[in-house]
Amino acid sequence: MNHPPYIHVAVSLLAAPFLFGVINKVKAAFAGRKGPPLLQLYYDIVKLMRKSAVYSRTTTEIFRLSPLVSVAVGVLAVMTVPLGQKESLISFHGDIFFLAYLFGMARFTTVLAAMDTGSAFEGMGASREVQFSMLAEPALLVGLAALSLLTGESSVAGILSSLRSGVDSASGHVVLPICVASLFIVLLAENARIPVDDPNTHLELTMIHEVMVLDHGGMDLGFIHYGAALKLWVFSSIIAGLLVPVKTSGPFAGVLLVSAALLLVTVSVGVVESTMARLRMLRVPQLLTGATILSLVALIIAMR
Amino acid sequence: MKEWLDLAVALIIVTNFMLVNTSRLMACIRIVAIQAVILSVIAVLTHLHSLDVRLLALVLITVILKAVVLPQVLRRVTVGTGIERELEPFVGYSLSLMVGGGLLALSFLMSHFLALPVPGGSPYFLPASLFTIFTGLFIIIARKKAVTQVMGYMSMENGIYAFGVSLAIHEPFIVELSVLLDVFVAVLIMGVAIFHISQQFDHIDTDQLSV
Repeated sequence: MNHPPYIHVAVSLLAAPFLFGVINKVKAAFAGRKGPPLLQLYYDIVKLMRKSAVYSRTTTEIFRLSPLVSVAVGVLAVMTVPLGQKESLISFHGDIFFLAYLFGMARFTTVLAAMDTGSAFEGMGASREVQFSMLAEPALLVGLAALSLLTGESSVAGILSSLRSGVDSASGHVVLPICVASLFIVLLAENARIPVDDPNTHLELTMIHEVMVLDHGGMDLGFIHYGAALKLWVFSSIIAGLLVPVKTSGPFAGVLLVSAALLLVTVSVGVVESTMARLRMLRVPQLLTGATILSLVALIIAMR
Repeated sequence: MKEWLDLAVALIIVTNFMLVNTSRLMACIRIVAIQAVILSVIAVLTHLHSLDVRLLALVLITVILKAVVLPQVLRRVTVGTGIERELEPFVGYSLSLMVGGGLLALSFLMSHFLALPVPGGSPYFLPASLFTIFTGLFIIIARKKAVTQVMGYMSMENGIYAFGVSLAIHEPFIVELSVLLDVFVAVLIMGVAIFHISQQFDHIDTDQLSV
């Protein structure tokens, strides 16, 4: 607690695109390729930032607003989630709902922007995105509620810090792994990773998230990429916090531990992506319902 | 020690959900076998302080019967009928999962009101065993194929086994042995019956048996 939490927010904002580099490196290693450089997303974002956006004549202000909203939401979410042993910059009672619905708002504007272009293809992507997020949302909320019930706290920072100082309830060691599993599925679904959506496909009828941002270009696309990176960062750091619920002495050890856990989460996303095929569209709801059920199990056990 | 017991009980709950969610018959058979193994581990863990040869032998017989012999019989029957998966159950798989969630809540509620003594075990043991029984019953109701219904029956028996282990402190295996005999006979008879059904009707959909 020797320096203010501003620093970790700055670090998170800077380091977020790095996670995508790690995922891509893992995938490349599985495929026996060299893969793109670790900093590829930074290069992409810098390149896009130097370009100006092109807008279709059919679009309105909503279309220009949505990339800004997704970055703003990402920044706010990063401020809500603590990194390592530090407190978060924003923390209040019930900010787990704040966090969940921040992303809900970002999704809402992305969907509106996709509809705004008037393209039937983007409308289809929007419909799928909404359908799957509708199923992922209960899994996220119930999972967070189980953690909240377990710790008696209702803010992300509070949950993580009271997990670190040890839960007195006997059910902690059962609830925690189940919650991690469920939140990991939510992470994959929310960040459009493989069992749900394939981030590498463009212009395929099976894609969900990528299709909605097809008409964005230049600076706007850069913002969207950065927003997605922040979203992945936030989800991974929550799971990382759940993975290492131990108190460390010294500020440095804590940072090291959480970085290792973050890396573990990211690498496992890469491993899942390299070893699994995308699920059929009809099977996705089943996976997400399964995640909800896992969260529900955690909640019921935490209630006892 | 207690952590491991709790984790094993949580695994039982998870295997139940997997059973409800799987359409592939071979996977179902494997899940039921794994469930039986976990249950036996739990039985040994709960009675660790009063472990003797008789008990160990009983557990061993149970494991061999439920995790090796019965699955093997079912596998042969399944291969014989040439059916790989349950395609059109009465209750769909997503809905089955949700029903499973409801059943889990119900069993926690029930065990709360039952307030039975839980000797040396985990507090989740009773609800988990009730849940396993309910899941087995639900599968018998919700699936069409005779093989899957037998699987539901075996899962139910697993639940009764868990119930017996958690409740009867001294003689949990008297109940268990008789049930086990029932199941053994039932699975054998069902195996033969399923084989003949598929010979006679070219399918094993139980709702189409009447002519």
